[in-house]
Amino acid sequence: MINTSDIEKIAQLSRLEITPDRAKELADQLQRVLKHFEQISHVDTKGVEPLITPTEIETYWREDSVVQELTPEDMLANAPDKIGNLFRVPPVI
Amino acid sequence: MKTTDLSIKELRNKIQSRELSATQVVETFFNRAQSLNKKLNAFITLNERAIDEAKHLDQRLAAGENPGPLTGMPIAIKDMLCTQGIKTTAGSKMLSQFVPPYDSTVVARLKKAGAIVIGKTNLDEFAMGSSNETSYFGAVKNPWNLDYVPGGSSGGSAAAQAARLAVASIGTDTGGSIRQPASFCGIVGVKPTYGRVSRYGIVAYASSLDQAGPMTTTVSDAAEILEIISGHDQHDSTTSQKKVPNLIVPQEKSMKGFKIGLIKEYETDSLNADVRKTVHSAVETAKMLGAEIIEINLPLTQYAVPIYYLVAASEASSNLARYDGVRFGHRSDFHSLAAIELEKFYCRNRGEGFGSEVQRRIMIGTYALSSGYYDAYYNKAGQVRRLLTEQFRNAFQKCDVILSPVSTTPAFKIGERIADPLTMYLNDIFTTSTNLAGLPGMSLPFGFSTQGLPIGVQLTADHFNEEKMFTVAYALEAAAHLSERIPNVNA
Repeated sequence: MINTSDIEKIAQLSRLEITPDRAKELADQLQRVLKHFEQISHVDTKGVEPLITPTEIETYWREDSVVQELTPEDMLANAPDKIGNLFRVPPVI
Repeated sequence: MKTTDLSIKELRNKIQSRELSATQVVETFFNRAQSLNKKLNAFITLNERAIDEAKHLDQRLAAGENPGPLTGMPIAIKDMLCTQGIKTTAGSKMLSQFVPPYDSTVVARLKKAGAIVIGKTNLDEFAMGSSNETSYFGAVKNPWNLDYVPGGSSGGSAAAQAARLAVASIGTDTGGSIRQPASFCGIVGVKPTYGRVSRYGIVAYASSLDQAGPMTTTVSDAAEILEIISGHDQHDSTTSQKKVPNLIVPQEKSMKGFKIGLIKEYETDSLNADVRKTVHSAVETAKMLGAEIIEINLPLTQYAVPIYYLVAASEASSNLARYDGVRFGHRSDFHSLAAIELEKFYCRNRGEGFGSEVQRRIMIGTYALSSGYYDAYYNKAGQVRRLLTEQFRNAFQKCDVILSPVSTTPAFKIGERIADPLTMYLNDIFTTSTNLAGLPGMSLPFGFSTQGLPIGVQLTADHFNEEKMFTVAYALEAAAHLSERIPNVNA
């Protein structure tokens, strides 16, 4: 059973700010969805390696050469807030 | 015939012979797109430079150059694919102002072949949805009936293509997002084998499932586009180095010697009568064309929706962690940055920037990956995914191509299913397995419902066997004669 305090914990792990009304709605929805998903527990998977990538990954080599594809100006062009060549953020320590 | 009704090959001949200039072609499509978009909401952004780019191509043609096989072809690109200098929003408030500094590999290859980006098409937010109703930029309308959804998540590409607002369109498919809207809008939609097409520069939703592919009027147009966008890319280590097959060669319109598989478990009561009739008529046509019909069992397909949503949501919760409002994307309007805690800063940016379906999937994924639940959800889904994939690989020992419905119903009404997430997720019952197993799949228009809405049939082949899938598609298409039917949308 998923309750609103579970939802608040998941929202915190997900870094999402949600309202109490929304938490209640999400608790109902996730409860229903996850209950439906639980049916996979009926499948016997003893000793089965999970499948992560569906087709075989072929390794290949390339030259380890430095290429400049983007300039610092390109990288900063979408910044919501910046000072010179730096991204502006809240205090981190 | 109207310019907007021509195939890629016909347009190429007219441009190469100078019967039409690239500028005329692009202008014709651009004007049509601009006027019909008010009704359909298929485009989020139209490329205002498209006509200038076409003029430049005409200069190159006049100088004796051949810019490539797609010279002067206006192509609509789903707003999940980065386009240098053109806004790429993923249908989200989070990226509503994002202008990529580079092109995705798919777009770069199309441009190199001479194509012109006519605009960026609407989609469910971050490709999460099956009806195009979760877009921050509003719902897209189905050109066959404006009260109905075009399907999703590539709903804008499907609607634009069905209404002939571009020569061809590009979509992405994580659990059916090319095939289902293609079926709802009466066009051809191809999801290539995982690893066939580079994901570089495509906004990541679920990395082990995502593939981009063509959405076109005809099978040969899809072949033209797929050949150009396929192949190894050093920017995406999951792309295959296998040779890209020639899919454009005119195929023999026969299926002699072909074994077509029908999935026994897909014979469900929930299948709409018109869909059932359409699939049945495709089976009868295949028989008539010489194919042998084989029944196959894929019992684990009944778990496709749970496995898919657990895997996709888990990967999404990780992929979407990058949107924190620091380097790009939505940042809340803070009075003072100095006074806000870093964690609160992230939570508010993401709480405001993501819509409700995206938040729901991030939460499902975070839950499935969290301590105490990882084994029962994420890990278990991966294990069942392997068993499901093995069942498909075994089925392809017995048949060449699987024929099935794309969706249980034709397009549904706008607003009809959006209130309940589980109902919406269950729409994807026939399409998600293909992505989980990494197989190539496509939707081919094959009929109409009693209300006049298009219905497609789905073809699926083994890994890197697009050639077989296309052979069957060419033969069925020739027998169905549907590609001439165009929805009647007027400005």
